[in-house]
Amino acid sequence: MSRALPTHDAALVALLLAAHPHGLGGVSLRGMPSPERDDWLAAFRGLLPHGSPCLKVPVNVSEDRLLGGLDFAATVSAKKPVFATGILEAADGGVIILTMAERIPDAAASIIGEALDRRTLLVERDGVTRECRVHYSVVALDEGIDDDERIAAGLAERIAFRLNVRDLQGFQAELDDWDDEDVLDARQRWSSVQVPDAVLQHFSQAAAAFGITSLRGDLFMLNTARTLAALAGDSAVTEAHAATAARLVLPQRATRVPAEAEPPPPPDTETQEEEKSRSSAKDIPDDILVDAVLAALPPDLLDQLAGSMPRSRQGSTGGRGGPATRSRMRGRPVGVEATRQVGGARLNILATLKAAAPWQSIRRRDERVSALELRPSDLHITRYQDRVETTTIFVVDASGSQAAQRLAEVKGAIELLLNDCYVRRDQVALIAFRKDTAEVLLEPTRALARVKRSLSALPGGGGTPLASGLDAARQLADSVSRQGRTAAIVLMTDGRANVARDTSPGAEKAEHDAMNAAKLLRATGLRSLLVDTSRRPKPRARKLADAMGAGYVALPNADASRISGTVQRRLAS
Amino acid sequence: MFPFSAIVGQDDMKLGLMIAAVDQSVGGVLLFGDRGTGKSTAIRALASLLPKMRAVTVCPYACDLNSDHCEASHCGVDRSKRRDKLMPVPVVDLPLGVTEDRVVGALDIERALVHGEKAFEPGLLARANRGFLYIDEVNLLEDHIVDLLLDVAASGENLVEREGLSVRHPAKFVLVGSGNPEEGELRPQLLDRFGLAVDVSTPSTVAERVEVMKRRDAYEADHAAFQRKWSRQDGKLRRQVVKARELLGSIKVNDSVLEKAAEICIALETDGSRGELTLLRAARAYAALQGADEVSVLHLKDVAHLALGHRLRRNPLDESSAGVRVERVLAEVFAE
Repeated sequence: MSRALPTHDAALVALLLAAHPHGLGGVSLRGMPSPERDDWLAAFRGLLPHGSPCLKVPVNVSEDRLLGGLDFAATVSAKKPVFATGILEAADGGVIILTMAERIPDAAASIIGEALDRRTLLVERDGVTRECRVHYSVVALDEGIDDDERIAAGLAERIAFRLNVRDLQGFQAELDDWDDEDVLDARQRWSSVQVPDAVLQHFSQAAAAFGITSLRGDLFMLNTARTLAALAGDSAVTEAHAATAARLVLPQRATRVPAEAEPPPPPDTETQEEEKSRSSAKDIPDDILVDAVLAALPPDLLDQLAGSMPRSRQGSTGGRGGPATRSRMRGRPVGVEATRQVGGARLNILATLKAAAPWQSIRRRDERVSALELRPSDLHITRYQDRVETTTIFVVDASGSQAAQRLAEVKGAIELLLNDCYVRRDQVALIAFRKDTAEVLLEPTRALARVKRSLSALPGGGGTPLASGLDAARQLADSVSRQGRTAAIVLMTDGRANVARDTSPGAEKAEHDAMNAAKLLRATGLRSLLVDTSRRPKPRARKLADAMGAGYVALPNADASRISGTVQRRLAS
Repeated sequence: MFPFSAIVGQDDMKLGLMIAAVDQSVGGVLLFGDRGTGKSTAIRALASLLPKMRAVTVCPYACDLNSDHCEASHCGVDRSKRRDKLMPVPVVDLPLGVTEDRVVGALDIERALVHGEKAFEPGLLARANRGFLYIDEVNLLEDHIVDLLLDVAASGENLVEREGLSVRHPAKFVLVGSGNPEEGELRPQLLDRFGLAVDVSTPSTVAERVEVMKRRDAYEADHAAFQRKWSRQDGKLRRQVVKARELLGSIKVNDSVLEKAAEICIALETDGSRGELTLLRAARAYAALQGADEVSVLHLKDVAHLALGHRLRRNPLDESSAGVRVERVLAEVFAE
């Protein structure tokens, strides 16, 4: 008896997570809050067996709320350490909902991901050691708008599914026939579901075909397929289950589109023999999973992958572990620190009292006083973290007016600058403009080798759409600063424009547009520098620099190392 | 615990960990690489490969009965009355979100509150003494914790001066770390503390991936049965480690091998002599694992990428990975 499963992805994901919460990690649900999103959450909760915890985690959750810690009030009144259970421990057997998941700090995301992986929580805090089982899944409400606002990569990796709020419509009708009883039945059946070896083979082939390195993708597919079979009441995973599993798990992990005529790897002989004894899935054609995944890939992603564009996000996910300086007053509080000198820092009263509390009885006995006894060693200050990461955006004029030799010099100069960026751990982005448009060749990245590569591949020639170049720089700088980084722009041009914003030729309109674009750039207040690359500097470039509020450097016959030196000085000041 | 021997492929990773198990003086292992390649699994499985050690029964630092470091202040038991017993070698996890007081040890809160006494409660560094300290996502560890570790890892001793306590205790451990380079690089000082570094990547063949899925699936279905199935294999590896430890002292290192090691390090322009020393120690442990009675240049060649890959000067514009650069140099050095 095989029961028909829903076909709607959102309905399937809700059922899957309810039926096998801890083997699938969870789902990231991208999109703004909406009635559909609330409906989905409500439906999902409705599927969870009675009594399953369902806890919301706010974006500013602290480590001690996640992991648990010493309950200060209870400890003092009970005169022995009392541990306050953290959210993760309380969520055992249920679900945690991460609100604004794209803003969750990396440290918290790592803790959540680590517990998903190990299914055990290890706490070493405030004098308490604790190890407990935590089986839970995560619903990450990702409200990022831009491509670069995403949940931390380490967490996304440990979550099997991804849904978009856009695609929720109509899921409810398909869940009408399902309730928590069905989910409990599926949990019962789960471990007895057979998975034919051929299916495993197909999973691994499909994962490899889409360039997925992490083996978690393979395991998620396996667990998904098995859960689908359990929900449908099948004794073994079928071709349809396998295809659905691939469709739900692989698209968000794909890094490339499989080549058309890839020869199938030689089948494992042992696998074939075992296959004969089972029947349900041995006939899966080789590429059925690949097809299922291809059909589920969003069209723009497909274009992007097929064009083998560099995956711009990989190197810059949230700037994890990037340089951050500890400031005594500014930035985001990241913790407390014991100190004996508070000068210039912010005293953390709670932590200070907490440190003093255990000592009170000892100190009182020593000195026979009854007031709160504070010692310098109790003092704690709040630590702040102030990000000073800079993203240097190079905007390169690659038009015909830049003679080939000048362009080569500019490339050389940028390469030298990259070395400095490496030393400072800065990020670098690259924009080039030529013919009738500007192109972001490289999104902000720290992978400097890639900058070098796209730089050397940069062709020259064509018109000069200066305005478009400036616009592109402003937009990129804007997105950089929204991520909390500082952007600096280095524009390398001779200041001559002959293609307007609307791509029409003609110097007059083009220069007018360029001036406008420059003024807009000035309004952003960004640090910028114009490097005049014309052979004989003319007032034109200087005027442009003034309009954009940029420093100006003329480089008649300068060599690459001089350009580099000057730029560095100007941007530093 | 997933059995060590059941990990599919990943020979470098396994070799690095085995070498660290044979000779602690090699100085720890760093596993850096793609997500989802079994780094944490391998390290957590390491514990089962380690032969038990003798340690004083009541000592919070698991001291050796004959060790000079073990003082009565550790456990309050007179030296003549101490006994020792066989104990598993500690493999201590430094979890994310760990607080400083749990790393170095701090005032025992319960005793302070209830009895009003000052007592030291040893932390994770104490528990890791004579064993392994594992840091997952080592590149995300908070800076002030890294500072603590750097100091203790170098001196083998933990000095606690806080909250009115003044305690000094042995903390000799092998640092084992794992992380994903995409999430941030490691501070050079911390990188330098690791003797060996392994570049971990995903198994490249479909057959291997299928095998990984099968084993993981079997493990999740029934942990105990799976462990039983692999216990013989694990036992074999454990005996290999024991035998290698016994051999270690008697393994000869010829001058020609020393010269070759120096040659490799000069060609790779590694900083300082730590690279050379680690290379030789790793090669010796490797030779011991193979049951050889002397280190050959081939042993050097096989472990060079583990011992030296992370010691190369960075060249931001050289795209080739450290492994490739080491290989290039090895090909040159061994061509002569």
